[in-house]
Amino acid sequence: MYVNDKTNINKKKTGRNIMKKKYKIEHMDCANCAAKIETMIGKIDGVEGATLSFITQKLTIEAAEEHQARIIQEVSTIIKKQEPDWVVHI
Amino acid sequence: MSKTQIKGIKRIVLAMVLYFAVILFNRLVLEPGKLSFLSTKENQIAMFVSFFIVYLFSGWKVLLKAGKNIRRGKVFDENFLMSIASLGAFAIGEYSEAVAVMLFYQVGGWFEDFAVEKSRKSITEMMDISPEYANLWKDNQVTQLDPEEIVIGDMIIIKPGEKVPLDGQVVEGNSFIDTSALTGEPVPREVTVGDPVISGCVNKEGTLLVRVEKEYEDSTVVKILELVENASSKKAKVENFITKFARYYTPIVVIAAVFLAIIPSLTGLMVWSDSLRSACIFLVISCPCALVISVPLSFFGGIGAASKAGILIKGSNYIESLSNISTIIFDKTGTLTKGDFKVVQILPQEGFSKEELIEIAAHVERLSNHPIARSIQEAYGKEVDLARVENIQEVPGYGIKAQYNGKKVSVGNYRILEGLKVTLSQEAFTSVYILMDGQYLGAILIADELKKTSEAAMVQLKAAGIHKTVMLTGDKNAVAQMIGKQLNIDEIYGELLPQDKLAITESILEKSQGKETVAFVGDGMNDAPVLARVDVGVAMGSLGSDAAIEAADVVLMDDDPRKIATAIRISRKTMWIVKENIIIALGVKLLVMALGLIGIATMWEAVFADVGVSVLAIANAMRTLHDGKK
Repeated sequence: MYVNDKTNINKKKTGRNIMKKKYKIEHMDCANCAAKIETMIGKIDGVEGATLSFITQKLTIEAAEEHQARIIQEVSTIIKKQEPDWVVHI
Repeated sequence: MSKTQIKGIKRIVLAMVLYFAVILFNRLVLEPGKLSFLSTKENQIAMFVSFFIVYLFSGWKVLLKAGKNIRRGKVFDENFLMSIASLGAFAIGEYSEAVAVMLFYQVGGWFEDFAVEKSRKSITEMMDISPEYANLWKDNQVTQLDPEEIVIGDMIIIKPGEKVPLDGQVVEGNSFIDTSALTGEPVPREVTVGDPVISGCVNKEGTLLVRVEKEYEDSTVVKILELVENASSKKAKVENFITKFARYYTPIVVIAAVFLAIIPSLTGLMVWSDSLRSACIFLVISCPCALVISVPLSFFGGIGAASKAGILIKGSNYIESLSNISTIIFDKTGTLTKGDFKVVQILPQEGFSKEELIEIAAHVERLSNHPIARSIQEAYGKEVDLARVENIQEVPGYGIKAQYNGKKVSVGNYRILEGLKVTLSQEAFTSVYILMDGQYLGAILIADELKKTSEAAMVQLKAAGIHKTVMLTGDKNAVAQMIGKQLNIDEIYGELLPQDKLAITESILEKSQGKETVAFVGDGMNDAPVLARVDVGVAMGSLGSDAAIEAADVVLMDDDPRKIATAIRISRKTMWIVKENIIIALGVKLLVMALGLIGIATMWEAVFADVGVSVLAIANAMRTLHDGKK
């Protein structure tokens, strides 16, 4: 996993303390798989909304600020297990 | 091409060379039995081994991935299916076919990756409006910095040919600005001291000194880029359907494949080798990738094409709605008309002068931002004496009440005259009436000009097949009728209170049937409830007014009503391409499945129906980017 400031997080407050965080994900090779992972991420506790775009290679997670750190950890675990070739830029 | 892509080509080419070498070896050496020291059985094994080696060389990655994925429980994975299918081909003795198919699959997969990369690049290049640097002007020195490092109040220099890096106001200099990256308009706009400039535009010949008003992350450029990026998360109904469909499609086809493998040979309907081949064909076709990639890609292309034309569409679902528009409701002021009113006539009653009327009105209206108020202030021209006016109350739909020099004054539309016997001016001008202590002082007539582009816009919309156009305005009926008739609008409603606008919109929405959608076009500021209610809310963006961008679903960056027709055209083209892709992808797959059932199809067709169709669909999806302007 890479730590890269520029490609990184874009914070936006949408009221109710819900934040949108974006992450870049590279080496996604299958759009179907991206759809499946998106559904799995959506089920994580605390996630209000998740969008994984195969085209823009970006993952957007809407959740309360205090949950974001834990959520991205769970996301990394899921991706490492299901799609180890993908690279998640946190 | 990326490194991985180049490596990929090398491997594929090598595998192909090896393949042909092995074919030649089989044709010229093994089959004619030239290796006489081998028994027939050993000869057969040699043939198998030679092909299997090439197979492993070209396909080991696929096989490995398949194995890894099974351990993770991902059974319905393309790699696994391809492996089973090609190994199955080996099992029925079609060695050459098995290898060829694996190779073909790899070639197709490579093209698929290439197509996806190319489309991504295409779109990002088209959206490349962000500025790379800003020239900070401080202590008589110019320093080139990252735009993100500049703060509000900083002065920046924009030289000829450079991109405007941040939103700001011109402090010194004159120039022309090319706004085409944001608005799609090639005609440059003049800017001089006091004018605002927007990030993303390109400065032409003059040098400008600009005071920065918004930081980088709030700048127009960043807002637009974010909007376009986020737009793909608002999914169209079609997209959701495809996602659901894909989830069922794969398991169903795989189960069908299993049946095909077992049943026909058990019941004697087919030879075992045939039924296995058919099963393998089904397995390969069970991946819905062509659909899952190309449909969102098409919408993305559509949104990109629209933003290039200066139209911000905030979601793929709006592209769907736009393509089905049957009725468009227009706000008048600021949308069809320029919105900059001018006082054209003052009609005072006996005993009062024109100057008095304007003076009173200007004072009472001094706090209002309404275009009418501004025109009166402009006509007055002098400084307002704040001491004279007290207790200013704005009454929506009526006007303004206040105390002027101790007297009760009302300035507003015909409604404030209720109960009084006053002959109203019947001219087709917006009239502002003035009452003082209940007495009628006179009227101020104000005119609002039609935008030059409004007539053309209406013609285009009619040509695009819009069934009904409606105009709503709070302005008086005479004005509404005059403008409405000039623009050929079907239904004209004037003298509306804000709640009337919503009520009429509701009734129009009720009447619209099925897929037909209703759009509203306004200037965003006071049309929020209606914008929210309709299927597609379109706002005039004034090169990025925040209120408009927030409230609407579609923003026209340059306030040109002709862009509505453009948006509709782009949306229809996008929807058309989406449908084409669905038909091609599903059609070919079903066709090959049918052929496979009766035993005509081979693995070649199967692989084509999988990766070949994918590449076609992706290439087709890219057509959305090219807006064929008429």
